[in-house]
Amino acid sequence: MSGTFERIPWWRDRRVVPWIVQAVVGLVLLLVISLLVGNLVRNLTGAGLLLSWRWLGQPASFDVAESLIPFDASMPYWRALLVGLVNSLRVIVVGLVGATLLGTAVGMASFSSNGLLRRLARVYVEVIRNIPLLLQLLFWYFVVFLALPNGTAAFQLPGVVVSKSGLYLAWFAQGFSWQGPELVNGVWQAPLRLSVEFTALLTGLITYSGAFIAEVVRGGIASVPQGQWEAATSLGLHWSASMRSVVLPQALRVIVPGLNSQYISLAKNSALAVAVGYVDLYSVSETTLNQTGRALEVFLLLLGSYLIIDLLISAVMNGVNQLVQIRER
Amino acid sequence: MTALPPGSATTPPLRPASPAPPSVQRSWAGVLRQELFASRGDGLVSALLILLILASAVGLLRWAFGQAQWAVIQVNTTLFAVGRYPIEQQWRLWLLVVLVAALSGLSWGLLRAFPRADRSGELWPFNDRLAVALLGFLAAWLPAALALGFPLQVRWWAITGLLVAMRWIAGHWGRSWPPRLLKLVPLSWPLLYLLGMVLIAGGLGMSQVSPSNWGGLLLTLLMASFAILLSFPIGVVVALGRRSDLPLLRWSSVLYIEFIRGAPLITLLFLGQNILGYMLPGGWAPDRVWRAAWVLTFFCGAYLAEAVRAGLSAVPPGQLEAARSLGLSMPQALQRVVLPQALRIALPAAVGQFISLLQDTTLLSLIGLLDLLGTARTVMANPEFLGKNAEVYLTLAVLFWCCCAALGLGSRALERRLDPTHSPA
Repeated sequence: MSGTFERIPWWRDRRVVPWIVQAVVGLVLLLVISLLVGNLVRNLTGAGLLLSWRWLGQPASFDVAESLIPFDASMPYWRALLVGLVNSLRVIVVGLVGATLLGTAVGMASFSSNGLLRRLARVYVEVIRNIPLLLQLLFWYFVVFLALPNGTAAFQLPGVVVSKSGLYLAWFAQGFSWQGPELVNGVWQAPLRLSVEFTALLTGLITYSGAFIAEVVRGGIASVPQGQWEAATSLGLHWSASMRSVVLPQALRVIVPGLNSQYISLAKNSALAVAVGYVDLYSVSETTLNQTGRALEVFLLLLGSYLIIDLLISAVMNGVNQLVQIRER
Repeated sequence: MTALPPGSATTPPLRPASPAPPSVQRSWAGVLRQELFASRGDGLVSALLILLILASAVGLLRWAFGQAQWAVIQVNTTLFAVGRYPIEQQWRLWLLVVLVAALSGLSWGLLRAFPRADRSGELWPFNDRLAVALLGFLAAWLPAALALGFPLQVRWWAITGLLVAMRWIAGHWGRSWPPRLLKLVPLSWPLLYLLGMVLIAGGLGMSQVSPSNWGGLLLTLLMASFAILLSFPIGVVVALGRRSDLPLLRWSSVLYIEFIRGAPLITLLFLGQNILGYMLPGGWAPDRVWRAAWVLTFFCGAYLAEAVRAGLSAVPPGQLEAARSLGLSMPQALQRVVLPQALRIALPAAVGQFISLLQDTTLLSLIGLLDLLGTARTVMANPEFLGKNAEVYLTLAVLFWCCCAALGLGSRALERRLDPTHSPA
């Protein structure tokens, strides 16, 4: 070999090998995908179920237990799916707010000067994170909320009544007058009523996501150097004041990206609503599938909806992230 | 009540209290006072919390030993354990448990017989004695609490005894065994897994047991272990693909990861149950159980890929360049230099993913499979056990909590064992 330059064989040429690898991978992927899609088209055509959206306009002929927009069984499928989407969005938005509040409180509690509170925060996180969410939801629904008393025996706090038939809250009634829940003929009436399914799902999602958010918040606070605390205290700030105006603003830079992924997983976890009988997007989709057999279209709608929700959350959180980053001058 | 396991990180209060001089030995009461009653506000909070904890503990105990009727668990233990697995074939599962116990004891003992260079090499460290005591307690208490028949109780005692005996034998004489025999031990785990599959499903002259008859804990563990094992190679390949310079590899990996991560698992299971059958040639579509298993595998693979990718980006690029300049080919450099470091960094995230996969197997009950939760729901639909939700769900919660916490503990132990900074240079 000495002295002579050998031509590099083509299978070791760095200009050729990447193209060969890509061609092989591309060919395999193409084969697999064309096989899958080909079969799908052939089988669906055979079953008369090939992609079509006309069924969306047919009457749904099933009823939905709770809805924010007017709906009855004679309305079309697209309307039913919209009801499901609105219900999903409702639980996601309320859940995000609740989980953030709970998670922040627990995350801050793990830095409390009270040893018991600190350990309780740890125990809460460790218990919740190691038990499946679905099990927790079923527990909240069947064991806690469906076992509540009804009527006069229901739990009553000022402005709030918790009973087997749901959660009744004080709210503005007609003419902007504040009105609390009241018992009419043994049935609670209130301006704002949350169904027991919604309440159970919300409780489960908030306590579950709250534990994960607490970890994110704890990590964020721990990332702020100890010196910041000492400096704040030497300026005469209290624990709460140094937390609020010195540490938390700095911790937010670490917390916000972590929150983003927790929010997205909360949105996806809300699809477990079907287990406790809350009519969300997935639950309506399942009923629609059973009535129409349109598996592919229903799946595409589900996939698209959750993708859009994820993207929305990410977009908002990216905006928030821009706000909390240090602005270099 | 709130005692923490040893070694768990309790974060000290960041509140800059005037530090006590280190030489002063503070008394037990002093610590308590500092922790709970440092100020008036703290004292108030502590008193409230103590009252709350006492009240809930008393309530729970009174319910568990008074009102709760545990018969629903005791009557259905077989159903919870293996579902509707045919009773005359259950010896195969017992055989599997015996083999697993023996091999676990053997591996455990050998781990202690060959300690790492930096360890004291104690044959029975404190944790091991604790674990054996715990095993003994479980073997004595659990079969009795579940009201198993006497022959079954004896079987559990024997299996626990076998595990501890193997641990003892391997720990004491493992060093003198021939090295060729010792090399077989790590190999025997995958072999045992394959053998276990055969024992469960049938084959090699044993009658077939259809997957629709698997259930309970058996199905849950089988699904979780299958998905964990197979998702690992998928995760590594896709993570490498996502970091590749070749656009086709990169974009197909990104597409796969984002597709899986964008959708809730339940919609993917929906895809598996309702659409996958149309996508495969007639007769190829697997059974409902296996369809769900494959969905879980690909689901876990995408999340694992992100964990591995984070590990890969934490390895300095100089490592790959150094390996390449030593003349290693790209696959060699990845396999011998980059991946070992990346996987060690990715380990905590990967185990976290496995824990959440074990929890996600409960979703199988929503598509009508009889995993642990699905079995529980069928049991509670039985008029005889109507309204026993609290007992069943609490039992499942404790079971899942123990499994997940044990996985987490194991992961931390493995992390310490693999940490190169702990071993002497």
